[in-house]
Amino acid sequence: MKHIKTLNTGKLQNTVKKGGCGECQTSCQSACKTSCTVGNQSCENTK
Amino acid sequence: MGLVHQYRNNGYNIVLDINSSSIHVADDMVYDIIEAMDQGMEKSRILQNLSARYAPDQIEEGYAECEELIRSGQLFSRDIYEACQEEIEAFSKRKTVVKALCLHVAHACNLSCKYCFAEEGEYHGQRAMMSVEVGKKALDFLVENSGSRKNLEVDFFGGEPLMNWQTVKELVAYGRSLEEKNQKKFRFTLTTNGVLLDEEKTDFLNREMANVVLSLDGRQKVHDFMRPFPGGAGSYQNIIPKFQEFVKKRGQKDYYVRGTFTRHNLDFAEDVLHMADLGFRKLSMEPVVAPKEAEYALRKEDLPVIFEQYDLLAREMLKREKEGKGFQFFHFMLDLSGGPCVYKRLSGCGSGTEYLAVTPWGDLYPCHQFVGEEDFRMGTVFDGIQKPQIRDRFSANNVYAKPACRECFARFFCSGGCAANSHNFYGDMGQAYEIGCAMEKKRVECAIMLKAAME
Repeated sequence: MKHIKTLNTGKLQNTVKKGGCGECQTSCQSACKTSCTVGNQSCENTK
Repeated sequence: MGLVHQYRNNGYNIVLDINSSSIHVADDMVYDIIEAMDQGMEKSRILQNLSARYAPDQIEEGYAECEELIRSGQLFSRDIYEACQEEIEAFSKRKTVVKALCLHVAHACNLSCKYCFAEEGEYHGQRAMMSVEVGKKALDFLVENSGSRKNLEVDFFGGEPLMNWQTVKELVAYGRSLEEKNQKKFRFTLTTNGVLLDEEKTDFLNREMANVVLSLDGRQKVHDFMRPFPGGAGSYQNIIPKFQEFVKKRGQKDYYVRGTFTRHNLDFAEDVLHMADLGFRKLSMEPVVAPKEAEYALRKEDLPVIFEQYDLLAREMLKREKEGKGFQFFHFMLDLSGGPCVYKRLSGCGSGTEYLAVTPWGDLYPCHQFVGEEDFRMGTVFDGIQKPQIRDRFSANNVYAKPACRECFARFFCSGGCAANSHNFYGDMGQAYEIGCAMEKKRVECAIMLKAAME
């Protein structure tokens, strides 16, 4: 593509089938303790 | 409901496809094409409208690229809830397990921070220390209620947890003794103001804790104003050398130097950069959670200044990265290669369901922010959850339950925001805290821009 570049190839829809194992870190335990941010966390299964 | 979010930041034309979470960087022409498509404009009209600015063959080429992305589900993709309703509904009704506890090992503190939601550690109650017996019972409760989850998280919190050091050490040893026979793995974390850090504690924490959060608000005048000792003296000089020594010995393990900004330091980017100048590399700076009448509480009219500060911080991070002096800022981090699955993004922080707080005497609350609010007391570590209706309320509180979130482009990044924030501000945890949302959206935009710039 010449005019548009995609930074990430994984699509969120694809995680519907294989996601939800629940092993990932609880958001509030990471660094914030006051505001919820989830998008910056890693999937435990892709580490 | 919008399907894409477009914005320009630091010279980048960014297009976020909300439901796939695909992030695109476009040239000016395709940015305009997508904007026109989003308004429902026909191809012929787009060609006509843009022909004054771009060559027709170029517009055709750009349009074809957009069509390719649409076909592959990366642009104007359908609402994920509509597309996968059955799976998501099944997940919402799942039986939840507890996988993380926030242990309030000390309801006491050796600082008198002005914004402390815990009221100098005492949480609307009296000063108290968690006994080893209550702590062990909490770890037993966690193991028993964690189902097949292997990774369990335990945060030592307060007040100031180092004021109850012996309990911390004994609970880590007890947790380790439970791991093999129960096929569990404990990830211990601790949040400290640093006053009591010494060589022995530093070495123990660096060995045993998966993450340590070190509280520092930034520049000395800012930190000392909000985080004094009870007598009024500032704590900055006391803690900085201890934090520097701690981080030097920490190696590659996780830590965060974490601050809180208030109305008193709306120029908080300076405080983050000050942390970086002190040699810290993993940083976080949180907006204060405060009752709206507090003089230090953030107000809606502060938002333009706060947005400028996030932009300034992002640009300075890029500059320092190029100079080989880069650092991480918690809210600007994005995992584009393997971020969280849709279920995680829907269910949010897990408070009240997967994550509970434990008081020194063993009471269970949905999270540390709710401790001391009697209506939210869910049970005890001795008798388990006695008010499952509280858990169910939290379980149902996902992004699709909140009208403001359903329309928001950032819903899959913040996953509905902080229930306590909403409860504090509106007396209802099912709302979206407007000021917090505005800041979160800005942080997501900056985080995406940084990814684009570092590609």
